[in-house]
Amino acid sequence: MARSHKPIVWSLFAAGGTFAAFITPVMIFVTGLAIALGLMPAETLAYERVLAFVQNPIGKGLVFLLVFLPAWHAAHRLRITAHDFGIRADTLVATLCYGLATLATAVTVYALFSV
Amino acid sequence: MSRKPYIRSVSTTSWWTVQPRYIRYMAREVSCVLIGAYSAVVVIGLLRLAEGAAAWNAFLECLQKPTSIAFHLLALAFALYHTTTWFNVTPKAMPIQLGETQLPGGIIIGAHYAGWVVVSVVILFLVGV
Repeated sequence: MARSHKPIVWSLFAAGGTFAAFITPVMIFVTGLAIALGLMPAETLAYERVLAFVQNPIGKGLVFLLVFLPAWHAAHRLRITAHDFGIRADTLVATLCYGLATLATAVTVYALFSV
Repeated sequence: MSRKPYIRSVSTTSWWTVQPRYIRYMAREVSCVLIGAYSAVVVIGLLRLAEGAAAWNAFLECLQKPTSIAFHLLALAFALYHTTTWFNVTPKAMPIQLGETQLPGGIIIGAHYAGWVVVSVVILFLVGV
């Protein structure tokens, strides 16, 4: 049987979709809206506090998942959706989508190890 | 005499605009753009954090801008749409069989929503909202 990378991208799509469904809405609210809309004190995201969280191994793992899983979910879904929009250059689209997700993952690992 | 061949003229780029359910399908699919963009925002934030306090505070300043608020509101709307569509297909994606009977789909969906509320409240509590 021909080997395929499909199980890998599919399992990342499913895991990422589940993670995004449970975690992403509340995180968009926490990091992007709560302070700007005056619903949370600005000190909540103070440098020392966020730095301490990201320097903690568990915090590092959670932040990694917050970027990695939704990024791969989005990459796979965007590749499929490009076809729905009539774009037929699948090899190019797949390279761009998975390439961006790989870049996001790599930069996240770099940033997490340099804080 | 041959019959006139049946040729459907369906646009490959705008087929989804003809029916509300197709538009809802595309809205679900396009949610990935906003979810991916939010991942990018988190990556940028991490890089600023790694650069130091001044860079992080400048990043927080940017998050106060109306364009940032508009982006996050749009991303939140699409993320919530992703959550509902994702949960609503869980009985089909992972049906649970108990002996001879299937667990009703409403219970599987309801359990996901209940778990989602608990997870969200716990995160808000831990963050300190």
